Parts: sequence; C-alpha cells; structure tokens
Amino acid sequence: MSELAVSVQGLGKTYRIRSAGPGPTRATEAIVQAVRHPLRRPVYEEFQALKDISFEIPFGEAVGIIGRNGAGKSTLLKILTRITAPTAGRIELAGRVGSLLEVGTGFHPELTGRENIYLNGTLLGMRRREIKRRFDEIVEFAGVHRFLDTPVKRYSSGMYVRLAFSVAAHLETEILAIDEVLAVGDAEFKRRSLEKMRSVAQDGRTVLYVSHQMSTVKALCTSALYLDAGRLAYQGPVQGGLDLYRNSFEQAAETARQAARRPGTGELRTAEVTAESGSFEVAQDKVIHLRIPASDRLTGPYFVSCHVRDRNGIDVTKCDSRLVEGWFDPARETRLKLSISGLWLPPGRYSIDVYLCQMGILDAWEAATTFEVLPELPYAETLNDEAIVGALVLCDFGYEEEAT
Amino acid sequence: MSRIVIEPPGRLNLPPLRELWEAREVALTFGQRDVVLRYRQTAVGVLWVVLQPLVAAGIFSIIFGGVAKLPSGGVPYFLFSFVGMLVWNAFANVVSRASSSLVANQALVAKVFFPRALVPLSTTLSVLLDFAVASVLGLALLVAFGVSPGWSLLLVPFWLLCAVLLALGIGLWAAAVMVKYRDVAYVVPWVVQVGLYATPVAYASAAAPANLRWFFDVNPLAWVVEGFRAAFLGVGAVPWWQAVAAPLVSLAVFGLGLVFFQAREREFADLI
Repeated sequence: MSELAVSVQGLGKTYRIRSAGPGPTRATEAIVQAVRHPLRRPVYEEFQALKDISFEIPFGEAVGIIGRNGAGKSTLLKILTRITAPTAGRIELAGRVGSLLEVGTGFHPELTGRENIYLNGTLLGMRRREIKRRFDEIVEFAGVHRFLDTPVKRYSSGMYVRLAFSVAAHLETEILAIDEVLAVGDAEFKRRSLEKMRSVAQDGRTVLYVSHQMSTVKALCTSALYLDAGRLAYQGPVQGGLDLYRNSFEQAAETARQAARRPGTGELRTAEVTAESGSFEVAQDKVIHLRIPASDRLTGPYFVSCHVRDRNGIDVTKCDSRLVEGWFDPARETRLKLSISGLWLPPGRYSIDVYLCQMGILDAWEAATTFEVLPELPYAETLNDEAIVGALVLCDFGYEEEAT
Repeated sequence: MSRIVIEPPGRLNLPPLRELWEAREVALTFGQRDVVLRYRQTAVGVLWVVLQPLVAAGIFSIIFGGVAKLPSGGVPYFLFSFVGMLVWNAFANVVSRASSSLVANQALVAKVFFPRALVPLSTTLSVLLDFAVASVLGLALLVAFGVSPGWSLLLVPFWLLCAVLLALGIGLWAAAVMVKYRDVAYVVPWVVQVGLYATPVAYASAAAPANLRWFFDVNPLAWVVEGFRAAFLGVGAVPWWQAVAAPLVSLAVFGLGLVFFQAREREFADLI
C-alpha cells in the first residue's frame, strides 16, 4: 500500500454555459426549439473552474484548501467527494471519503434524533454496525441524549447543528472532507470540534478542509493548498499559503486601481477614494472622500453608491446617494464627502466598494479603500469577544427593569 | 483498503453493480425513512393504504360491472377490480415515487455522494409494504367471496416482480429527465392516469371488441395485470407467450432505464 492518501493528476473541470440566451428548462420548449431549428446547435461558452491541478497528500495530514471566492475550492472538494465529475485528469483515493459539506443535509425534520443519526450516518458512508458502535459517543459529543426521541424539527438550531456535526465527525472514513462548518455553534463547541478534527488527523487519517477563516486553518491544518482562479498556485506549509491569500487581496485592489480594468461602461471613472483615517472607533462617524473627474462622454446626472463590506465579503450597509437626493453633474469634477453616522461596526477590517451609476453601472470599483475598526468597544463593561461574536453590526442599547 | 479512482465519465457509464450492492444500506435507510414518514403524523396510517384500492374497486364495480355490465370471468366484479388495483397501484406508485424522488432529495444529491440510482430504487420498499398490507385485505376478500385460487397464488410474486421492474425502468428514466426538465413532474401523473384506462385493470381485455385486441397484445402492462389477476384469483390464464415475454420485456425496460439513468448520473449535481 502506498503512503499517499490522495493523488491528483491534471485535474480539470469545465462547465458549459449556454451563451445564446437562456436555454430551455422545460421539455416542451426544448422540443419546440429542436423542431424549429433542427440544425442549430446550442452555443456554449466554456468556463474552466479548475485547470490542470496536480498534487499529492500523504496520510495523517490536515490540509487547508484556501483561495479567494470563486477560486475553485468548493468545486475541488466536490470532485474529491465524487459529488460532481471532473472533465479531465485522474484522482486516486486510498480509501473512503467522508464528507461534511453542509451541516444537516440529509437530516429530515420529521425524524427523531436517533433516526436521523442512522439516516445521516449511512448517507455519509458509515455502516449500520459502525454507527451502532459509536452511537453513544455521537450522542455524547452532541449533548442531545435527552432529546433522542424527539423529532429534530423541535430542536434548537444549536442542537441541530451539534448533532449533525457530531455524526460527521465520527465517520470512520480514511479521508474526511470538510467545507466551512467549524464556524457553527458556540465558542465552546467550536473549540471541541477543532480538537476533534485535529485528533482525526493524528489518528493517521487525512483531513481536507476548505475555509475562509484563516484562524481555523492555522489552528487545524498541517499544510495548505492555495488556489488562484482555478489553478493550484501553492502547496506547502500553512503560513506560506496564508501569506499568498492575504497578498491576493492587495493584488486585486491594485488591479482595480487601474481604472480601465474595472467593470462598468467606463464613461465615468472614480479617480480617488480615501478614508479620512486608516482606523475608526466603533461608534465614530466613518468618513470617506471621493473624487470623480469631469467627463464629456456622459450627459445627465449620475449617482453614487458606496457599500461597506466586511472581511467575509458581506455588504454591511449600502449608501446610495439617490436615497438622500444626491445626483451629480458629470460636466464638472465632483468632490464628495461621505459621512456614515450611527453605524456601529464590530472591530475588524472593512472595505468600501464604490459604484457610479446612471442607467447602468458606469464604474464598479471594489475595495476602493479600506479601513480598520479598532478593537475597543464603546460599552460600559469590557468583556471578551464572546459577547459580540458573529454580530454583523453593533448598536447602542440598554436594558431597563420594568415594573412588574 | 479499497482504492477509488475518479476519472471523467465516459459516454456509456455502466451501472456500478458492486457499488450499488455495497451501498444497499443507504437504500434500506431511505426506504425506512419513507415508511416512517408516511405513517407518522397521520391519524389512521395504514387505513389509507387499503382505503384507496377499496374505494377504487367499489367505483369500478359499479361503473363497469353494474352500469356497463362487463364480464369478469365469473368472479365477483368487486374482487375482480380490487385485485387489478392491487398490482396497478404497485406499478403506478413505483413510477410516480421513483420519478420524483431525485428532485425531492435535491439537497442530498447536490451535497453528498452515494450511488444516485439508490434514490429511485429505494422507493420500491415503501410501495411493497403498501402492497403487502393491501394484499392481506385481498386474501381476506378471497375468503369472504369464497374464491379459492389454489396453487396459482404462488405465481403472484412473479407477476409482481415484472410489474415492479417495468415501473422502475420507467421511473429511473423519468427521474433522470426530471433533473433537467421539471415538467416531467406534471406529465407522469397524467400518463399514469391514462395508463390506468389503457390497461385492463377495471375490465378484462376479453371484454374489449376484437378489433382492439392487438392493443392489449402489445401492451406489456396488460400482460402483467391480467397475469397477476389470473394468478391471484385462479381463473383464466394469459397466453403462454405473454408469460414468457413479460419477464424479458420487464428486465429489458429496467435495464434500459438504469443505463439511461447511469449515463446521466454524474451531471446531476451540476444540473439539479
């Protein structure tokens, strides 16, 4: 037996996208089309999600698969777990692959916890015998023994997720593929999940882990694969991969600074976007300055929309100038000061996407500027992060005891 | 330890019989789930399974036996049509449940790997359970009407198997098409409904005018339904060539359905 758990050679995946309008989604449409135009072939555009990827992973490694959105991480994992088929290349797996792609797929709300453990376990590739043997362990890890005979639709979302994770974590497959699921549950459960995953790798099995959360990749993985636009750009120690990942954001911002390479019609391009300060306090007004030059290619007023995006790529808020009657004249240069008040952002890094629009989008500048929100909370009491973890925004609030 | 090799799918993707067999527990669990789900949170559970063919048989015996006065080969018309409904329901339920099963389990197909064919195949389990319950009532009716089929009852499983294989072939095919074209979901129930009248379920093919005989001779479902009824009631028999052709055609339909399904299996996750 070879020592390799996974060996991938020249792997590629191409999706065919019908480019000439929407394809038929009804059989009747397809037939009518085929009858009308018997000779016409649908025109396809090819989209290469993965290109010529080769790597090898020995047993006992926990490998983090990282890369920006759309780099092909999830596609790679889907192919490795045989959910979808590759279009080129060859993969050899030395053993069964258990997958945990989304917590709770395969759970049926009407079934009890006990029934769902069996259902989900067999789906994920366990034998009934194995499940029976590890049943108590699974239940204990999830901490749901009192509710085993309750339909899971009555579970709290926390219990649901814990049970689902627990089933998958006790898979006895040689290779375990995980897609971004350690981000569930409370801090305590998260810690236990990480520990569990680490022990899987220490047992000499192999863990493949796709995540955006650099901290868990660092805590869990022994090596990393970095994917960039469908290509394997790096394989090696975790730190190197993480550095590449961070740099990629700066590179992308760099590319976007060259106005001509940004999306949009280009009749007008934002010239400059700066945050008034590199860092703001949580409750402070966030002030952004924009400079938009004059353009003779555009007639009629245009409007601006700035989106504040958090580290996870979520638009926390959108400041559309139309909402405050902001229409601007392209005949002369415009300098704008955007003040965002009353928005309490949790500490972390944020970027501003700037859009200039009229009928369509003239200029779309993603991550035109970034700023940091300092980790000091404007509340009376200092607690650890646990009190605000997972919150998209913070706010001014208070509790008062009411007379009963 | 087994080595798994993943390669791009070829043109003809033969059914991985070994893999299907190894994953049989998945099919069992699916079947179990279907059964449990159907009887949980229903007030009278099992009763629905027998009520439906009973009512259908009642209606048929009034319309075809009472009003139209069609012959039933000396058997009480109610019993005659009830037995027809037994095998017809097994066929129709497998077709309709198998064909919609993939789309109903969309989340699983897109997120977890297992041999996809197990999903439509596993629907057979719950249908067979329904069949078993309803046929116990059928046996009780035999006794009540004083009909003694004798040894021919032993042929009942044979005809049932033919019906299920035919149904699975069609169901697999429809399930694979439905992944891409959802309107199959509307067509299937309609075709099944038409099929009920195009097949001698509520009447005997002998009752049809002679110039329509050929129609029942080319409809394998007609052979199976009449063969099943002859075996269950112990009266009459299908021509010998139908008894030989029925299993062959059923197997062929099943095989073609499975191959068609399998050829598309690996693109399901991308399309569904």
